[in-house]
Amino acid sequence: MSSTDAVEAGAEAAAPAADVEAEALLARLSDALGGGLVESHTDQGAVWVRVERDAWADLAGFLRDEEGFGFFNFLSAIDWMPSPFGRDMDSSVDNALDPPEPKEPAPTETGVAGGDTRFQLLARVNDVTSGRSIIAKADLPADDLRAPSWVAVYPGADWHEREAWEMFGIDFDGHPGLRHIYLPGEFEGHPLRKDYPLLARRVKPWPGLVDVELMPEPDDDGDAGEGAAP
Amino acid sequence: MTVTERQQLSYIAAQAADARVNLEIETEGMTLNIGPQHPATHGTLRIVAKLDGEQVVAAEPVMGYMHRGYEKLAEVRTYPQVTTLINRIDWLGSFANEVPFILAAERLMELEAPPRAQWIRTILFELSRIANITLFLGDMAVQVGAITPVFFAFRDREHVLNQIEAATGGRFHPNFDRIGGLKDDLPAGWIAETRQAMRKIRAFCDEIEELVEGNEIFQARTRGIGVIPPDVGLSYGLTGANIRASGVDWDVRRDSPCGLVHDQVDWKVWTHPDGDSFARFWVRMQETREATKIVDQLLDGIPSGPIMAKVPVIIKVPAGEAYVETENPLGVMGYYVVSKGDLFPFRVKIRSASFSNVSITPWLLKGVYVPDIITILGSLYFILGDIDR
Repeated sequence: MSSTDAVEAGAEAAAPAADVEAEALLARLSDALGGGLVESHTDQGAVWVRVERDAWADLAGFLRDEEGFGFFNFLSAIDWMPSPFGRDMDSSVDNALDPPEPKEPAPTETGVAGGDTRFQLLARVNDVTSGRSIIAKADLPADDLRAPSWVAVYPGADWHEREAWEMFGIDFDGHPGLRHIYLPGEFEGHPLRKDYPLLARRVKPWPGLVDVELMPEPDDDGDAGEGAAP
Repeated sequence: MTVTERQQLSYIAAQAADARVNLEIETEGMTLNIGPQHPATHGTLRIVAKLDGEQVVAAEPVMGYMHRGYEKLAEVRTYPQVTTLINRIDWLGSFANEVPFILAAERLMELEAPPRAQWIRTILFELSRIANITLFLGDMAVQVGAITPVFFAFRDREHVLNQIEAATGGRFHPNFDRIGGLKDDLPAGWIAETRQAMRKIRAFCDEIEELVEGNEIFQARTRGIGVIPPDVGLSYGLTGANIRASGVDWDVRRDSPCGLVHDQVDWKVWTHPDGDSFARFWVRMQETREATKIVDQLLDGIPSGPIMAKVPVIIKVPAGEAYVETENPLGVMGYYVVSKGDLFPFRVKIRSASFSNVSITPWLLKGVYVPDIITILGSLYFILGDIDR
């Protein structure tokens, strides 16, 4: 860090080099997993991969043992279904101010590296010696929400999988004990699913409501005014 | 042999048999509840420890007493409103919580804050680190039975909190970071006062070093206790000073800088080879000193210019996914933000440092003695808001 010039020069040269390195990693990954690698995406050195559910555990083993991704960053899931709830789910006080229109159902769209199902696993691991990282995704069919556990490879996945089990209802095969981690034991439902209503919005007027309604409409070019810059 | 003699002999034999039984002692396991209210837990964490005598056979942290569901709540807030929520994750270094989320939103919008905003952001980021870790340095002594240092910590942390308040208006929850820059510029005279506060913090570090670090009791209670090997720590996702105290030379500020200007100043990442409770204390002590040096250098070179980039009044973040992490006081904190081009984020995954840092406790507490539970938990240093989110 002593020479700032060297750092700046390195940052400029880093982008293409990182992409080349990412491509090489993806090629090795594709060889190791066979048909398990479905799709991949690189963006300025960040790497996303989407794998088959059956290759989920192999992916972790390969990344840790062959590629040196020893650091377990996080594991979670994404529910890609658009929320079915609109403002009609707000409390009656808010509804009196602003009569709600029932929300029209929107199509399900998935993000980076694609996806075919409503639920998708999301995890990230790092290699701290070389500074590389990889974001992994896997599609989970809605009628069979289960995935192989990563606990045998990364023991830190234990709590993260308990959280995903509780919040999304995803079962992890081979997990030593899927119990509630945040919610009380008798809790029903999976709160981070999009079709789980946020009941607090129903029973209490939303303090942010007035602010949102008073905001000006954007111009045709989508740029309303010049912000609050002094 | 008379009856009395025989009775006496049998009595002695019975005593001897009892004594033998007592020698081959068989204890019944005991379950000890530590918390939910315990000073070492920084909030309400409960540890259920199964004991065999004084030794822990199994320990299981129980949390959720403070779960507020920020990931769900963020889905019904606009992007600027989310910072109000995430301020409350690590409440001792609140400003540092806002930074990675704002950076993730800026990355999705392909927007960069002006240089002046980036510098002031970095200064406030490091001030949050100092305010946070200062309390740890005093609190660690409380875990081994010394009460005085924590009062010194509260006294001297005030200098930093005053500067944060002067700049942002909030002592604990600044809510100051905006997409595209900062809410306001610095007040007049702030730079000189901050420099003075940094001097006081360095004096505080010297004081704690004299009071605590060389203390024989403190060393006996922390050296060789709660040793974390580097590979185990990494596989559990440990970050920050906890993993650097195990000899892993990794700091996000240096190795993957993003949006902050730590690469513009001269500083050092401290590591310790031992991996025990003492090493974690020592690394945090050096990091506090290093942070004061970073702040001093940044104060010298704040560039002039605007504090906000041109940002629309109604912020709609383009569709996409971004993950940004920064080296927060407690460890690596990151936000995985999924946007669908709406006013609200579609999904926010909060990767908080303490959640992963504490997930090692069932492994780490196995086999330690009861008093060491407290020093180990103290040295891991977590904030409950950062675990429960």
